[in-house]
Amino acid sequence: MTVAPKREDYDVVVIGAGPAGLAAAAISAEAGLSTLLLDENVGPGGQVFRAISSTPVTDRNQLGADYWVGADLVQSLRASSAEVIHRATVWSLDRNLDIAVSVGGASAFVKAKRVILATGALERPFPIPGWTLPGVMTAGAAQTMLKSSALVPDGRTVIAGQGPLLWLLAAQILRLGGRIDRILDTTERGNYIAALPHAFAFLTSPYFAKGLSMMREVKAKVQVVSGVTELAAAGDLQLANVSYVASGKRETIPADLLLLHQGVVPNVNLAMAAGVEHHWDELQLCWSPVLDASGNSSVAGIAIAGDGAGIGGANAAIVRGRIAARAAVEALAPAAVAKLASMATLRADLAKAERGRVFLDTLFRPAPQFRIPSGDTIVCRCEEVTAKDVLDSVAIGATGPNQLKAYRRTGMGPCQGRLCGLTVTELMAQARAKTPQEIGYYRLRAPVKPITLAELAAVPKSEADVKAVVRG
Amino acid sequence: MRTDYDVAVVGGGLLGSAIAWGLGRLGKRVAVLDEGDITKRASRANFALVWVQSKGLGMPAYTIWTVQASQAWGRLASELKQQTGLDVSLQQNGGFHLTLGDDEFGQRAELVKRMHNQNGAADYKMEMLSASEVKKSLPLIGPEVSGGSYCPLDGHVNSLRTFRAFHTGFKAFGIDYFPEQPVSAISKSGGEFKLTTPKGELRAAKIVLAAGNANQTLAPMVGLSAPMGPTRGQIVVTERTMPFLPHPLTTIRQTDEGTVMIGDSKEDELDDRTLKHSISAVMTDRAQRMFPHLARLNVVRSWAGIRVMPQDGFPIYDQSETHPGAFVACCHSGVTLASNHAFEIARMVAQGALEPELVGAFSASRFGGAGTANNSGY
Amino acid sequence: MFKRSEQDKRPPVQIFVDGVAIAARQGDTVSAALLASSCDARRSTAVSGAPRLPYCMMGVCFDCLVTIDGVGNRQGCLVPVAEGMQVEIQKGKREIGK
Ligand SMILES: Cc1cc2nc3c(=O)[nH]c(=O)nc-3n(C[C@H](O)[C@H](O)[C@H](O)COP(=O)(O)OP(=O)(O)OC[C@H]3O[C@@H](n4cnc5c(N)ncnc54)[C@H](O)[C@@H]3O)c2cc1C
Ligand code: FES
Repeated sequence: MTVAPKREDYDVVVIGAGPAGLAAAAISAEAGLSTLLLDENVGPGGQVFRAISSTPVTDRNQLGADYWVGADLVQSLRASSAEVIHRATVWSLDRNLDIAVSVGGASAFVKAKRVILATGALERPFPIPGWTLPGVMTAGAAQTMLKSSALVPDGRTVIAGQGPLLWLLAAQILRLGGRIDRILDTTERGNYIAALPHAFAFLTSPYFAKGLSMMREVKAKVQVVSGVTELAAAGDLQLANVSYVASGKRETIPADLLLLHQGVVPNVNLAMAAGVEHHWDELQLCWSPVLDASGNSSVAGIAIAGDGAGIGGANAAIVRGRIAARAAVEALAPAAVAKLASMATLRADLAKAERGRVFLDTLFRPAPQFRIPSGDTIVCRCEEVTAKDVLDSVAIGATGPNQLKAYRRTGMGPCQGRLCGLTVTELMAQARAKTPQEIGYYRLRAPVKPITLAELAAVPKSEADVKAVVRG
Repeated sequence: MRTDYDVAVVGGGLLGSAIAWGLGRLGKRVAVLDEGDITKRASRANFALVWVQSKGLGMPAYTIWTVQASQAWGRLASELKQQTGLDVSLQQNGGFHLTLGDDEFGQRAELVKRMHNQNGAADYKMEMLSASEVKKSLPLIGPEVSGGSYCPLDGHVNSLRTFRAFHTGFKAFGIDYFPEQPVSAISKSGGEFKLTTPKGELRAAKIVLAAGNANQTLAPMVGLSAPMGPTRGQIVVTERTMPFLPHPLTTIRQTDEGTVMIGDSKEDELDDRTLKHSISAVMTDRAQRMFPHLARLNVVRSWAGIRVMPQDGFPIYDQSETHPGAFVACCHSGVTLASNHAFEIARMVAQGALEPELVGAFSASRFGGAGTANNSGY
Repeated sequence: MFKRSEQDKRPPVQIFVDGVAIAARQGDTVSAALLASSCDARRSTAVSGAPRLPYCMMGVCFDCLVTIDGVGNRQGCLVPVAEGMQVEIQKGKREIGK
């Protein structure tokens, strides 16, 4: 399925084939709109339903019922007339809804009447000392390998951080016979109290019972240390040990693999490059796009669904995908709307899916020392820039991430700020006693993902373009 | 905010920074007023050439000024290194302009001839080379390269590090840098200039307007003029690769970090937020025809910058008759001319008057009201 | 660091890492195959030469860069293995012509 798009124009182009994108594309196509779904991965599913149609993990209980929901979504998409292209990397989207997509080493250009961005989330950076050492990975990375290749840790393994995904991963690793030596829970003690007022909604949400039983399952087999307030990885050219402080006591344990996780944040690169307005979300501590109730962004014709619209989890993502698709159908083929679930029903579904979210966000709000590093700890992995380097730049007058780029090249490597952007914003905000909103973010530009020079060179060009470049 | 300064420099780009640094070096008490994080700033978007060849057709004084800057750059780089520990990676071993096909070669040869024939210009030994001669210095060129021009004075520098070095140097010289304080009004009374910013008023005995294209609106506040005709330039940059390019080219250079920069278009467009991929395509296509191995490299970023461009393309340095002590400075090649700004312009501002024999040709009086066509060599 | 679960019944695929054959499975990405094997897959960075292994496995961090079939700086975590694929561990900046 790595062939170029069949047409140059589509009613709806959906970018990202996770829960939001799968749901959106199916509805849009069923309503008769010409629909194209593009995704960078080998198969559908996004992060939650990764490898849903190819996973070697055949025992259904091991990945859990929530995972297999994805199979139904894929089925309804396949039953629809949506055109789906995998291993298709969108590297440019602009306010005219022109899309450049790289497929099989060549770029195609398509224009959409509406774009639904469903590019999902990334794991929040976890900049502790030693986080660039070989042997330190994200929990999501381990889960990706588990789902798509049935791989599990077998060396001395430590999982550190917090959040629902961490417990899910631990349970899955254990079910598949993998090894976990210790779990270091970094949830701040104070968060339990802060989250209390929101507990009722959570207790009556589907997360509650599932979460509790999963934690029990894991705690029966693995030593869990809670209240971890400091964390560092160390080793010479390779992870050798993990040290931490819990309840005021420091301990160092040998380790081959450290899996880090402290929640996920919206993947904003494509939306920001397209000029979509974002704001700093104080609760989720990340940039979220400014959207109306149907997911429409500040750029006319671009809607955002799923975790890219603000973290809400898989169920909310599916509903948000449906809402964005319904809005597209309303705009482009009003006659077809009658067959779809009403907006009121969808909004009620969304409210249900989002129930308990505030509790989780409050409870699992990562502690400042794990978000805002100091000293020699690396902030920008690509350009190897440390926290101290950033602070030195503030001292000579850097007011925000863009001036910092000029001084230090942060965010100028291939990851284009995905693993340093939030850290840089928060670190500069703290140093300058400003809010992250005031500090701002990198200005992002195409290509949003690298493409080869030859591929860029092959883009069609006019006489005027040549004139703008060639001069004696 | 301190309100008594010898000089207030408006604009903290490469121009303002070089002049302020130069004034600080002479012991002056200097304030630099600048905008914030997101602003049009050519100093962060440029191609970083320290470039001599083909500069100054139509104005021999500009050729002389450019050659002087190129020769003073080594001193600037070493002073910055000594003061800040930062190596700005100045490399001045000659630069090329490559041509593709016979027509381009012919046109370039014609230009070289016209430069040589121009009376009064400094001789900077720009010459045409055949493809096989070019290949001796640049072994990886492709078969479509028909030759090019070469000038031994040309070079390049890490311009972002230069920018950082100036700002680091501010500290050592006691220069106050005030970001997020754009100047909205300027007046003079009691022998002092008053500059209005969102955070209050700042007073200084002299001012230097180095606010890039914004000089157009600031200059008339103090009886000066700076007719600007900004253009847009797009640049593409690749991931880091092993060193392969021992000399900079007008349109391709490899940075000391290993990335390959490919530039730069010249468009009438003034929006730096959107990019034209078709223009990047022309630039990258030409780059891969010059060096076929570049085709496989990954492009990690592209951007557009708005050039600070006086209407005829040549620099403007001027002093006010109605408001003595007010100076204006703006030019396109702020990287190339940084040494002159740090040493010469700063010295003249400190002493209170521009020297006509050095920079008289660059007075805005040359515009005489009407605009002029740009034929400065870009 | 990682082992394969016994239930994995996917057909084997052979790839070569710096000339040495390793056993992968159909559907593995290059990075997953490297991490499942016992080979030393640490690349060194283009900036300081520091050693790195894949970090995110989802195409974000670019710490999985490898040379695949002669083309440098490919994201190993996004490229599926293919029979006979030649993988090289990168040291430092991408080489000319790769
Ligand atoms: C695409 C491109 C390629 C280039 N390539 C080269 C090259 O290869 N070699 C070379 O020598 N030069 C090159 N240049 C030019 C060089 O970058 C500029 O000459 C130089 O940066 C100009 O410096 P400046 O200080 O005048 O302007 P800028 O760098 O733009 O700085 C102006 C500053 O003034 C501030 N400002 C504006 N208004 C106000 C106000 N009201 N109050 C206070 N502050 C204000 C702005 O925020 C900004 O910081 C290039 C430029 C571009 C765009
Ligand atoms: S491992 Fe992060 S991009 Fe491949």
